[in-house]
Amino acid sequence: MGNKSHKMMHGEEEIYQEHVLDHSDDPYHRGRCSEATHAHEDDNPLCGDVVRVELRIRDQRVEEAWFDGEGCCISQASASMLMEELEGKTVQDVQNFSAEQMLSLFRAKLTPNRQKCCLLSWQVVQSALYSPTGDDAGNGETG
Amino acid sequence: MPAVDAITPLDPHAWRTDFPILETRIRGTCPLIYLDNAATAQRPRQVIQAMVSAYEEHYANVHRGVHWLSDQSTDLYENSREKVRGFINAVHGHEIIFTAGTTAAINLVARSWGDSQVQAGDEILVTMMEHHSNLVPWQQLAERTGCTIQFIPVEDNGTLALDKIDALVSERTKLVAITAISNVLGTINPLQEIIAKAHAVEAKVLVDAAQSVPHEALDVQQLQADFVAFSGHKMMGPSGVGVLYGRETILERMPPFMGGGSMIRRVRLDGFESADLPAKFEAGTPPIVPAIGLASAVDYLGRVGIEAIQEHERLLTQHAHQVLQEVGGVRILGPGPGQTAGIVSFVLDRIHAHDIAQICDRHGIAIRAGHHCAMPLHKALGVNASNRASFYFYNTLDEVDRLAEALKDAKKIMRRA
Repeated sequence: MGNKSHKMMHGEEEIYQEHVLDHSDDPYHRGRCSEATHAHEDDNPLCGDVVRVELRIRDQRVEEAWFDGEGCCISQASASMLMEELEGKTVQDVQNFSAEQMLSLFRAKLTPNRQKCCLLSWQVVQSALYSPTGDDAGNGETG
Repeated sequence: MPAVDAITPLDPHAWRTDFPILETRIRGTCPLIYLDNAATAQRPRQVIQAMVSAYEEHYANVHRGVHWLSDQSTDLYENSREKVRGFINAVHGHEIIFTAGTTAAINLVARSWGDSQVQAGDEILVTMMEHHSNLVPWQQLAERTGCTIQFIPVEDNGTLALDKIDALVSERTKLVAITAISNVLGTINPLQEIIAKAHAVEAKVLVDAAQSVPHEALDVQQLQADFVAFSGHKMMGPSGVGVLYGRETILERMPPFMGGGSMIRRVRLDGFESADLPAKFEAGTPPIVPAIGLASAVDYLGRVGIEAIQEHERLLTQHAHQVLQEVGGVRILGPGPGQTAGIVSFVLDRIHAHDIAQICDRHGIAIRAGHHCAMPLHKALGVNASNRASFYFYNTLDEVDRLAEALKDAKKIMRRA
């Protein structure tokens, strides 16, 4: 916060807060998950944002969560925040993690249009829970 | 420069006063800088007033009643057709079909002409820079008929690979469907050259003129295109009306596309007889008042002067290329000024198009972000999404400077400065 753009805001809350930019520039767990057991990828065809999520789930608990993708600052920063948030949670907890909770995890207030960007990784995670990589041993192959 | 040949430069400030929406303050404070004209233009109060008067004084259904009001409405509607005919220099008024827009016009051709003339083994030639509206209807035709689609590639500089056309055009080619101006790159395509090559193998040519008609003169007789499609809303008319121009001899042989009222001469329980042109292709109550608004926009364009518009947009585009390069980290897509219309698409190094558009919005600047309905083109350019600033004659050089300032602000906010 506290950058010059503030005077342009006219009361609108700054979206590009420091923690958002930090996640965007230096994301948590961007890359491949070794021995992933679950994976899913989706895009927002309207804007072209893409997020892929790979999870390693053992004993009904998310051991590791990784993402990769391309898109706006909000879609990528929110994915990074979500990966950090997910690790250690039970599958049940992740299923119960609501869209509303995702938006509050992001903190910066978003217009409905940009909420879609923020919720892309959340949707991909929800689908990933139901998308085993095809090998229960979890050999990292995520075709 | 001899004064007689020079185009009198237009003063955008003088024309702006006709456009109430350009007085808008975004969120009550920032003056609107409207640079999304390739998506849709704004309209002057003269056009709005023409539609208000039509509704308040002359409105009834057309071609229906014997009553006075219906005659008034029919006259205005048919005069609009005549005005559009003159505007694009078609031979006959009945070669002007009012549609819902460019997309509807192209779909009409794909359904009516396509389904009756195209078969498996035939080819439709399009370019890699088509708007989805001049690609998907042909993909659908291919699904129905088994024809295939060929693509004229786009060079790295954003122009068509003209040297590839000869190898792509053959006696299998039934139609060449091509945009006059790329809605992303602004590239002005050499239509006459391509039309000549198509006609040499007896292929028909459809020109998507949605981006060109508002900005440059169109003479369909000189162009020799078989079909031309464009929209009202990009040329200061209302949305909901567009035009399909078709050569009389071709339209006459085409079966009707939509069935309903107006398009019939006679209906029996066991069948119908089609009406003559243009009614054959205008089933149902047409966009009566939008067509009247479109005619008013044609009048307005005539007053501004299409050559003066083109010249002013050339200045804006040239200026945009200059000040955007000075921002640093900006890559402009497409060929340079001189080969482009008033469209400047760009990407900024390490900042996504949506974040740029969001920050521009804080400055009151309306620009487009995304793939601009041209996903295959973006793929070919190796770009996921881009920003697009598109100009009209009411834009000023100062507004272009503001865009550059907003981009500098985006770099600061996103820590890319």
